[in-house]
Amino acid sequence: MIAYFSDIYHGLISLLVGMGITFREFIKPPVTVAYPYETLTMCARYRGHIELLADDEGNPNCVVCGLCERACPSECISITSVKPEGSKKKVLTGYTLDFTRCSLCGSCVESCNFSAIAFSREYNLASSRKEDFHIDLFKRLEEKKR
Amino acid sequence: MNSPIQLQPDETFILNVGPQHPATHGVLRVKMEMSGEYIVSAETVIGYIHRMHEKMGEIKTYPQFLMNLSRMDYLGALGYSHGHVLLVEKACAIEVPERAEYLRVVMVELNRIASHLFWFGAFVMDLGGFTPLMYALQDREHILDMLEAVTGSRLTYCYFRFGGLYNDVDDQFITAARTFIPRMRKSLKKYRRLVTDNVIFRKRLTGIAPLSPEMCRKYGASSAVARGSGINFDVRRNEPYSVYPEFDFDVPVFHAGDSLARYMVRMEEIEQSLRIVEQALDKLPDGPVMAAKKPKLIKAPPGDYYQAVETARGSFGIRLVSDGGKTPYRLKLRSPTYSNMHLFDEACQGMLIMDALAFMGSLDLVIPEIDR
Amino acid sequence: MSLTLLNVIAAVVIAVGFAALNAAYLVWAERRGAARIQRRPGPNINGPLGLLQPPLDGIKLMAKQLTIPGGADRALFIAAPVLAMFPAIMSFVTIPFSETIVARNMNVGVLMIFAFAAMGSMSLLFAGWSSRNKYAMMSSIRAVSQAVAYEIPMLITTITVVMISGSMDLMEIVRQQSGSILHWNIFPIFGNSHNLLMPFSFLIFFTCTLAETNRAPFDLGEAESELVAGFHTEYGSMGFGLFFMGEYANIVIGACLTTILFLGGWNCPFGLFPGVWWFLLKIYLLIATFIWIRWTFPRTTIYGLLNLSWKILIPLSLFNLLFTAGLLKVF
Repeated sequence: MIAYFSDIYHGLISLLVGMGITFREFIKPPVTVAYPYETLTMCARYRGHIELLADDEGNPNCVVCGLCERACPSECISITSVKPEGSKKKVLTGYTLDFTRCSLCGSCVESCNFSAIAFSREYNLASSRKEDFHIDLFKRLEEKKR
Repeated sequence: MNSPIQLQPDETFILNVGPQHPATHGVLRVKMEMSGEYIVSAETVIGYIHRMHEKMGEIKTYPQFLMNLSRMDYLGALGYSHGHVLLVEKACAIEVPERAEYLRVVMVELNRIASHLFWFGAFVMDLGGFTPLMYALQDREHILDMLEAVTGSRLTYCYFRFGGLYNDVDDQFITAARTFIPRMRKSLKKYRRLVTDNVIFRKRLTGIAPLSPEMCRKYGASSAVARGSGINFDVRRNEPYSVYPEFDFDVPVFHAGDSLARYMVRMEEIEQSLRIVEQALDKLPDGPVMAAKKPKLIKAPPGDYYQAVETARGSFGIRLVSDGGKTPYRLKLRSPTYSNMHLFDEACQGMLIMDALAFMGSLDLVIPEIDR
Repeated sequence: MSLTLLNVIAAVVIAVGFAALNAAYLVWAERRGAARIQRRPGPNINGPLGLLQPPLDGIKLMAKQLTIPGGADRALFIAAPVLAMFPAIMSFVTIPFSETIVARNMNVGVLMIFAFAAMGSMSLLFAGWSSRNKYAMMSSIRAVSQAVAYEIPMLITTITVVMISGSMDLMEIVRQQSGSILHWNIFPIFGNSHNLLMPFSFLIFFTCTLAETNRAPFDLGEAESELVAGFHTEYGSMGFGLFFMGEYANIVIGACLTTILFLGGWNCPFGLFPGVWWFLLKIYLLIATFIWIRWTFPRTTIYGLLNLSWKILIPLSLFNLLFTAGLLKVF
């Protein structure tokens, strides 16, 4: 009999304690970020999709060694280049990232010895079109140059 | 209360729980033969999110496969990566700097806390309480912010490398981790008062789905499922790896075997993980985070290697058979949830559907990790 | 009070308007309250403080297609949501908001409200049965057994109050509680009875109101983590909207009844300026508590719920009934 009533009593107390906690949280201000109206800055090491880096004159750092292409586990990167006559070095003519397959592992950036690619801080990457995710990084760089 | 009842075979009906059902947290399907609200028998159907991780392990080079491990279990990704890097380092005899190993432990334990927090919230949500999930996510958010600042991503971290780490942590991370520990302890107190001591919560879990130690052994259960049934086994202590022997931590064991015991084990594990993080930050040595001597091309010598680690979901085993080539000959991933889940079919017989789903929540299932 | 046609129409419009407005804005209040408890802002984009959210939600629901699952019992499927809303609105007829504001006072007001409240579980049964969905069916069976289990202690507790007042007239019950808080049935020191167990009666009644209105922690009918959405799994469009509004209208009725039976209706706690404002203040405080409880506790189990009713609430309320009867005889 005593156990019956003490069960009810302790049960009620535990419920009231719980309500006390939620009440205390109720009077505190919200902690969320109202996303489209406020945005957080991405941290310095944020791994977005990759982008090509350029030297001071705006030419790509890339020397078309193809290491990133080989490092990529999902074969996202395709590079095209030409070898001008008389020159030993290849010149980059196209660098496409197939973002539909990329899983942002960062192997390409690590494999690069010429600091030609880096992570971007873009994160608003939504689209209803598949083509939007075949990103021509070389064209982007050209546009940036202009 | 939930004793099996005598049934006529033609009075049952089949209830299809999942693959899209709020309680299964993903694409698990459970075919339940029901008699009213009682489960006569249940059959878990998996494979809806199978991604062939083991086959990928055979066709990808070692570094290329590295990030696959974090895709297995999206809540406790680092623990799985830890197993993989330890295995390959063992195979290739790569010496890892001490600082890197300590930082790995810090990261893994933080990730374990984040995973347990999410489980805690989702579990209480399974029981119908929505608010604790939000509180748990707030605390988890602090961990994710810390890990994001260091690793660059919030969920599928790709931070460990063969021979060390991707990059070193900064002082900001150390301070953040140090301020996080007391805050988390305060939150744990709050959870105890809000959830653990709550009479409704206790009544719902006490005595639900008691698992015997024999049954846990039979199915190869690990993590809180085994420790809640009185099996004192934790890979971190029983088969020490990394720098875990240098830390002082307890392995919580409860003997009741019911859903409440599994809950208590996980909540206690958060506290123990905090202790490990605290000690690791105190002992953190200086030095490089990447091995100085590391083969340019990772190729495991021919042989058979195995490494077990304690992840947030239990004991994760990874076995590598190498023929000396660029890719492994065979890579077997032993996922803990796969074993834990198969208990469900046997244990839920004769239970009410409510209790069965509460039991399923207490197993801490992450479906992509079962299907891999 | 003469019952002219104008009076009737005005009463109906006001009752329906009050119920609908409450239902719509309690959803908003619930969402805002839940959000604050969880440290979120809640709906705050549409209109100031998100106050345009309920009408916009209503428009959205009305614009959606009403699908009827194949093999469903069409007549019952369509009738169920209407039935969910109807008893709540009917009950408003006899609720006295103040000495003067009442659509139609009856000397059996308590009885009428309980009669209509019992109909509420019928709509859940219809909805669950007619949708031809296993989850819905299980949910409606749960809801009915729950309603039966909780009507008993609720009625016993109400009988206690009716015995103290000696009337089933809601206005009379409130009149007898006039004066300060010490005259109210919840803490009757100066009232008719000197039963100091009345606070427990109030708790029992409050718990039963939660269970009767299918509110958390007793929302087994729509246990979303087990039964997907319970009896309204198959409902879309305004069918779902009506269930939703019916739930909130029932909450308002429950709060009104608790206020009238235990909290002195339109009386002020200090015995000054009685009026409709006090009544509204009390019911909204009660509703806020409902919301607060819902977002704090996990759900009970079906057997936990029945145990609570049969093993705790019914014996306690029966004891209280006998005790009150004894006290009334002695004094």
